[in-house]
Amino acid sequence: MKNAKKICMALFLAIVLAFIYVPILLLAFYSFTDASMVGGSISGFSFDNYVNLFKNEELRSMIFGTVLLAVGSAVISTVLGTLGAIGAFYSRKTPRNLINYANQIPVVNADVVTGFSVCVLLIVMLGVSKDTYVPLVIGHTVLCTPFVYLSVTPRLKQMDNNLYEAALDLGATPSQALFKVVIPQLLSGILSGFMLAITLSLDDYFITTYTKPSTFDTISTYVVNATKGSQTEIKTALWALSTVIFIIVVVIVVLMNVLSKRRQKEERNI
Amino acid sequence: MTKLRLNRKQLCIPYAVFLILFVILPLLVIIYYAFTDGTGAFTLSNLAGFFTNTNTLGTLLYSFAIAIVTTIVCLVIAYPVAYILAKSNIKKKYVLLMLFVMPMWINFTLRITALKEILTVIEGNISMYPFINTVIGMTYDFLPFMILPLYTSLSKLDGSLSEAAADLGANGFTVFMRVTLPLSVPGIISGVTMVLLPSMTNYVVLDMLYNSTYIMGSLIGSYFSAYDWNNGSMISLILLIIIFIVTLVTNRFSNEDSSGRTLL
Repeated sequence: MKNAKKICMALFLAIVLAFIYVPILLLAFYSFTDASMVGGSISGFSFDNYVNLFKNEELRSMIFGTVLLAVGSAVISTVLGTLGAIGAFYSRKTPRNLINYANQIPVVNADVVTGFSVCVLLIVMLGVSKDTYVPLVIGHTVLCTPFVYLSVTPRLKQMDNNLYEAALDLGATPSQALFKVVIPQLLSGILSGFMLAITLSLDDYFITTYTKPSTFDTISTYVVNATKGSQTEIKTALWALSTVIFIIVVVIVVLMNVLSKRRQKEERNI
Repeated sequence: MTKLRLNRKQLCIPYAVFLILFVILPLLVIIYYAFTDGTGAFTLSNLAGFFTNTNTLGTLLYSFAIAIVTTIVCLVIAYPVAYILAKSNIKKKYVLLMLFVMPMWINFTLRITALKEILTVIEGNISMYPFINTVIGMTYDFLPFMILPLYTSLSKLDGSLSEAAADLGANGFTVFMRVTLPLSVPGIISGVTMVLLPSMTNYVVLDMLYNSTYIMGSLIGSYFSAYDWNNGSMISLILLIIIFIVTLVTNRFSNEDSSGRTLL
């Protein structure tokens, strides 16, 4: 009886995992063949899709642009969000609560609305040209910064407040105390905020669509347009891209797992 | 000393200014555009237009239908997954959890592409089943966001409570219904908000799966393409009000600060 229950549970987990991974793995399998559609006839294995992915100028610059935008807006978001969190934490209750509430707006708001409202303000009302990339970067910063703020704030609450005072007593200037004492204490929160900002920016479709220059594409907007067209070569190259991203994600997850295990072990040894 | 304190507080000024300029001001501009016409004159016709047009009202209903069905499907799949993971004592629990949430780091358009290919293999012409496919697509996209908060709230649950209930004579089903389920409500609530609102607006999933019916998000997209900022703003405003109501209701249920996306 107990075993039957266990088998049922394992079976359920397996089915859900299959639902999640079969599409991705099937696409990965077909990306290594010369088939033009999933389930289509395969006459042989080939790396053509991968060669196309790296040779096609349009695809290459699109991937490069996506990554550059993600890193750029993540850096801005991390600086803005970290300073904002530190400042708000030490402010009086009313300004802190106001910032907290305003910070929640992009978190709960639909991305469509965030993107559209930034577009209406900057491009329609103020007439900022899309081609300057300013609306795009601002849009992505609006999306990402609240999450940096939310991952730094809990670290501030955990931090020993006396450390800052002690640094000042020992003769550090306020900025030294900030950069050499406070910020290192917050580092894990800042880092996870930065990673979160990168993934949010990489995954975004809506804010990008409403604020991007017409000649610029990120992976999301490119894929959506490509599914509307029917260029087989591009379509199958995107299978390769999906597989490459999948492998990168797996590697990063495994690495972070190993690193956190090692850190736990070291802490135990101490 | 007072000067030092001032210094630290001032660090939030750039972010405060940024929030006012690019978060609050855009929302005020949306309200302004929603109640004006192309020439800038005050009008209620955008509002009246939405609520008197059967097409837009149908879109609102269809969005609710998609969102509610998706949320229920996600909950029905995610709750047992989170429950089994939280309760089991397998050593590699964390690795297993990672397997369930890892897809959310892969670009969603690429994931939907993969799903579309396999649905095409199974169904042939996928445009024959628009509603079901959209629900499958949304579920595929948002399932990790339901699993994570549920797992967090279930694994924090004090095991001795259900043991006590069992000792007092409750059977397994009663323990679950009267102890475990009520205590996991905050997790359910934050999972539901993470799935409900995006599935009302993420029209890319519909586009990619050849569902030509509109949801609320598609309306904004089509007004954007038509440079109709006033009607687009009205739809945004209506969505904002829906989001506001949902947030108010969910905040009542959960006293934890429940922005599930932060659980990432």
